[in-house]
Amino acid sequence: MIQVGIISRINLLSGSADLILAILVSFSLQPKVKSGWFWALVAGLMVGYVSRLPWYLVLLGYLLIVSLSHLLQKRIWQSLLLEVFIVLFIGTLITHLLSIGFLVVIGSEVNFVNMLSLITLPSILLNLILSVPVYFLIRDLVGLLYSSESSE
Amino acid sequence: MQNKFPRYLQTIFLIILVLGFVLLALGGYLGGITTWFGQTSVSGQTWLSERFMAISDFLTAPRDMASLQLRNSELESEVARLQTQIIELQQEVTQTEILSALVDFARTNPENSYKAATVIGRDPSPFLRYVIINVGANEGIVRGMPVVTQQGLVGRVDAVVAEASRVQLITDQNSAVNITLKNSKTDAVMVGSLNGDLSLQMISHDVVVESADVVLTSGLGGDFPPNLLVGQIVNISNIESELFQSASVQPIVDFPRVEYVLVIVNFQPVDITPLLPTPNP
Repeated sequence: MIQVGIISRINLLSGSADLILAILVSFSLQPKVKSGWFWALVAGLMVGYVSRLPWYLVLLGYLLIVSLSHLLQKRIWQSLLLEVFIVLFIGTLITHLLSIGFLVVIGSEVNFVNMLSLITLPSILLNLILSVPVYFLIRDLVGLLYSSESSE
Repeated sequence: MQNKFPRYLQTIFLIILVLGFVLLALGGYLGGITTWFGQTSVSGQTWLSERFMAISDFLTAPRDMASLQLRNSELESEVARLQTQIIELQQEVTQTEILSALVDFARTNPENSYKAATVIGRDPSPFLRYVIINVGANEGIVRGMPVVTQQGLVGRVDAVVAEASRVQLITDQNSAVNITLKNSKTDAVMVGSLNGDLSLQMISHDVVVESADVVLTSGLGGDFPPNLLVGQIVNISNIESELFQSASVQPIVDFPRVEYVLVIVNFQPVDITPLLPTPNP
């Protein structure tokens, strides 16, 4: 709801941030988290339901990003925030490539230079900016959740 | 001790003394004395009163301070509540103005039936220009219905669920609207783009297109009712090596700020696909 109601309205050129992607990446990169796949499935189906993009394409994008998160987990200089930046950067490119692929299939005129400069690069920048507060929020939430689980 | 004077002589003496003072006072001979006495007594009274008030303040100030602080916090909360109320009322006024404009639009276009809706979201993908509105199949909305504001054309309903609908804006790059230019009296196709700009295509070189010409829906194709305001021409590109002229259109609707829309519910789009010629093998 926040993504559709608020975040989608905050534009830089024609790009916009993807809050769900930022949350998914921050969550699935946490060392203790094993349920990233499940949440990718939920997020993909929900966003796919709202968006004009086919649901399976959105779902595929999120599953690929969670795969990438698990692949890179704790492998990049042991810095989680840096991992979030890298996965988010690549993840935004993946979702945008899938969207462009869909536009090509339905016969839209695709201008890669315009898409890159007007949508993809601004979206990456917004996602990276958004990822910082989201990362710390998710980290604290995960810490709170797993510490209460371990104390039980 | 025996009194040497009889009592009546004492009384007469006192009366004479008092009368003497009275006569001296009436004659103005005691002015200096009375002034000095008055000043002294007033000064003394003032000093006494000030000391009393100072002691009284000292003793009662803590209680007054606490009550003042309490009162201040009460007033501050009251001010905050009133400010919130003012903001809410201002929002209501803004909403009322918008809704009033929509009602005026509906009144001035009585040939159509409208269903008002609020824009509650936008497509999460930045590649697509769709909005989500809060009316759906339960309110009689069906796919293809045109969506307008009091300013002009917004788009058409693309998908419907029970309580909401998704509307494709005319600025979406997959949108194509048949339009007519009011002054030039010519038809063209208006398409959206990736960054939300609108452009006209398929304008013959024979037609003289002027800047600021008004763009209206033509009704051709059966997707939209005719004569809905779309925008104005701002830039014309007439290159002879190309088959057609093209032009940029400034939309009349402020798409990033659209909050309320009207769905034209009595317009059924016509599917002309079976009438389109198919290429012979």
